[in-house]
Amino acid sequence: MRLQSIFTIYKAELLRMRRTLIQSIVAPILSTSLYFIVFGSAIGSHINEIDGIGYGSFIVPGLIMLSVLTQSISTGSFGIYFPRFNGTIYEILSAPMSYIEVVIAYVGAATSKAFLIGLLILATSFAFTPVSIQNPGLMLVFLVLTCITFSLFGFMIGIWAGNFEKLQIIPALVITPLTFLGGSFYSISMLPPFWETVSLFNPVVYLISGFRWSFYGQGDVSLTTSFVMIGVFLSVSLIITHWIFKTGYRLKP
Amino acid sequence: MSDIITIENLSKSYASGVHSLHDVSLSIRKGELFALLGPNGAGKTTLISIICGLTKITHGHIQVGGYDIIHQYREARSKIGLVPQEITIDIFDSPWKTVRFSRSLFGLPNNDDYIEELLKSLSLWDKRNQKMITLSGGMKRRVMIAKALAHEPQVLFLDEPTAGVDVELRQSMWEQIRTLKSNGVTIILTTHYIEEAEEMADRIGILNNGQLVLVEDKQTLMQRMSTKQVSIELKDPLATLPNTLTPFHVSLHEHKFIKMRYDFEQETHTIADVLDTLKQNNLTYVDIQTEQDSLEDIFVRLTKS
Repeated sequence: MRLQSIFTIYKAELLRMRRTLIQSIVAPILSTSLYFIVFGSAIGSHINEIDGIGYGSFIVPGLIMLSVLTQSISTGSFGIYFPRFNGTIYEILSAPMSYIEVVIAYVGAATSKAFLIGLLILATSFAFTPVSIQNPGLMLVFLVLTCITFSLFGFMIGIWAGNFEKLQIIPALVITPLTFLGGSFYSISMLPPFWETVSLFNPVVYLISGFRWSFYGQGDVSLTTSFVMIGVFLSVSLIITHWIFKTGYRLKP
Repeated sequence: MSDIITIENLSKSYASGVHSLHDVSLSIRKGELFALLGPNGAGKTTLISIICGLTKITHGHIQVGGYDIIHQYREARSKIGLVPQEITIDIFDSPWKTVRFSRSLFGLPNNDDYIEELLKSLSLWDKRNQKMITLSGGMKRRVMIAKALAHEPQVLFLDEPTAGVDVELRQSMWEQIRTLKSNGVTIILTTHYIEEAEEMADRIGILNNGQLVLVEDKQTLMQRMSTKQVSIELKDPLATLPNTLTPFHVSLHEHKFIKMRYDFEQETHTIADVLDTLKQNNLTYVDIQTEQDSLEDIFVRLTKS
């Protein structure tokens, strides 16, 4: 394993994040703060508790997940798409690195950024609402697994995308709706039975539920189911990434 | 001189069905400057891309420095520096940062003294901290060369390095390429400028329609393939050529010039034979001019045949 080569890409990606500090970190924190103000404080004060948890506190895990998923995908996709777009990918592909090392570098950088943003949003939430974390270790494990899985997913989008529009299309048209409908702002048990069943086909439900479980000891589905599902997503992402490099899809003609 | 690159029976077909290379076998000698010529779409860039790991092999084997580029790709790629055809750099970086990045990417420890020397040799030192967006096209191209040399490769691929650059910069880049060669770097150059190959190459390879139609030492090639045209200006105009000149395959132009194409290898008659015949026919000549085929003439002949 060429650690230095991995670290070189990793560091360059994080420096790029520093170069766009406002867009990278301040913007997600600001938008999440607005969610807390609008849904948590303004509207939330008129909503009853859900499963014995105040509404402002209830939405904290979902809002963190919303930002983490978005950031993981956008950073993961842009990280590999940008060198493809400007042509500098030749340098990565001609370097004495294995594809696993390349993936670790890019996905690692996207994971780090998303993880950091997740923690910053968690810290921000303390300013707006009382938050308790019953199982911090579990919370961190869930956060890391989610960051890795969706950074990897973003990496695949970055390889698939042929232009900037395609880069945005899956996060905007698929991920954001799934996250909003995945129980970020409500418990799926509040839905009519039919829609509750439909929601179970939404993979994001399992992520948010598991994450909320680490905060409040309860979720829409069991903790084991959440872990199994995130394991499935991660495995599928790894298999597809392996296929991409094996076939050279959109990288090596 | 030992070989640093060996290519055996290399073929490349794309998923679209396009066959870009057909059974190419080639050896590049250590320390030489090899010019790869060919018309657009001949397969030059494909060949370079395969060696550098940017394009997959369909069939065949390649070794760089004795290492197989598939099974021992780390060792093989460590020996290669690539300057692609297009200028592809992160315009928000500075030359200093991007060259350091390239070195580190290849797993080498930082060596700021080497990078300083490299940037100075490419006249980039004064611009080392400027954002690349502010640099001229020629400077950006030199940054590309600096990046390719950052990890001290033994082999440097220059894919049309002087395309679109002005004459002055081209001359300066030729000088830099000569310096690299004198430092022991093996250089493989593709170019559209035939005079570039004529000026610098030790050996020349010509690719046409994905096939390597010729590999030859430049001097030998010029001698072997080149024909001379001799133009003899007569003192007095001539209506028709005397029959005694027919065996020499000469032609009469403007009733005053006798022209003869002269092939070093194939011609059985010499210019002296022609002049003797003129003398025997009491034809006086006042001037003799010779022109030799350039590499470009040879190239055009080979790629059109």
